[in-house]
Amino acid sequence: MCLGVPGRVVEVDGLVATVDFWGLRKQVRLDVVDAPVAPGDYVLNHVGFAIRRIPAGEAEDTLALYSELLAREAPEDLMAADVRGELDAAGRGKR
Amino acid sequence: MSGVATEAAQLKFRDPTAARALGAAIEKVTREIGRDPVAVMHVCGSHEQAIARFGLRAAFPPALDVIMGPGCPVCITDVPEVDEGVALARQGVRVATYGDMLRVPGSAGSLADARAAGAKVDIVYGVSQAVELARQTEEEVVFFATGFETTAVATAAEILRGPPRNFSVLSAHKYIPPVMEIVAEMPGSRVEGFLAAGHAATITGFAVFEPFVERHRLPVVVAGFEPLDILAGLLRLVELIRDGTPTVENLYPRCVTREGNLAAQEQLWKVFRPLGGRWRGIAHVPNGNLRLQDSWAHLDARRRFEIDVKALWDFAPPALVQRCICGEIMSGMQSPTACPLFGKECQPETPVGACMVSSEGTCRIWHQYGGHPQLGQVAVGGTP
Repeated sequence: MCLGVPGRVVEVDGLVATVDFWGLRKQVRLDVVDAPVAPGDYVLNHVGFAIRRIPAGEAEDTLALYSELLAREAPEDLMAADVRGELDAAGRGKR
Repeated sequence: MSGVATEAAQLKFRDPTAARALGAAIEKVTREIGRDPVAVMHVCGSHEQAIARFGLRAAFPPALDVIMGPGCPVCITDVPEVDEGVALARQGVRVATYGDMLRVPGSAGSLADARAAGAKVDIVYGVSQAVELARQTEEEVVFFATGFETTAVATAAEILRGPPRNFSVLSAHKYIPPVMEIVAEMPGSRVEGFLAAGHAATITGFAVFEPFVERHRLPVVVAGFEPLDILAGLLRLVELIRDGTPTVENLYPRCVTREGNLAAQEQLWKVFRPLGGRWRGIAHVPNGNLRLQDSWAHLDARRRFEIDVKALWDFAPPALVQRCICGEIMSGMQSPTACPLFGKECQPETPVGACMVSSEGTCRIWHQYGGHPQLGQVAVGGTP
């Protein structure tokens, strides 16, 4: 429940950002993020809220775990299920 | 996202050679400590998931006991709190909560039981979906809020934003730092150091652990969730134990800073106040519960409704519950395999204790990924 999920900011509209998660676009809230974000930034998100702007240059290090979880998902993988839950928490992106 | 770079990063974090080298170093340092076993505790379900999923226990030396403490927010939600949610639902109030909460047993059944009996219980993935639900209806919607500070900041943000009038919060949010004190002070505690949860520390910062280290002379290392992150965190932890230098070290700088997320902390403490209360199976934890401040009384389900938990008590607790050792497991005194119910009467489909319910519960994770410590082979690196 505290694993969170990283994604790349595509667009910022006030306190809502459209974020790209492995090609899936979702909306996350920026109310509690620690620093101003702009398109191109990576953010760590939990239950639909960005909680950390990942420093530039460290995004790939953060993404690696999740790519592995989503690419090689074992049956009933609890970690992958948590990540999917995090994605479900983010709002539906603009079409 | 660039596949090549991500792949390179994957190799960096799951390189089997590096994992073996870290495992060997952990073993060497553990031997140098000269005690058997040396027990360390992590307080995060995601850490246990990663340890189990990637087979890391096979890389730990037998003399190092890596215990999962009270790191599953659903598991430590106490029976009276579950009862409040169940009672509200049975009273006809619509209750929205995280999916993991559904099957957590209260004194007389779970929210799933209430739903099967006709109560309105909605599963949401986040507080915003509960608020959205309230916007779409005239009826009262109570968000039964669980989770540590990482999750509580989202609840705080929604409250500050001004939810609709038919929305309220039944807070069972918990705050991690105080429970580390409780575990450290437990009589018979063997814990010599803590691996702190990476993302809770993203909010609080790592300085929050300094008074704890000062008081208890136990080291704390903040670690991430990659297999090599965890191994590196454990290595640093046993080094600090060996050297007798209790300090706080941050091995997860890409997500954790000294002062943490100040914007989130400000909102968290504007909405919540810490209050003492019981954590299921653990103890009374001073300042361990997050409750709404008086200024938000109008959004507090405990003040908006007469929650009649006594009405539930006509039911006798199932006999099996009395043999459940979730409490000892979460305080690190026992492991799931020591429980006579584990994998027998207590299974994910028919959980007796909360630890078998949540995807972050120790029993559920061990049941899913296999037990301890013979996981066969080090899965670090995987098979390309």
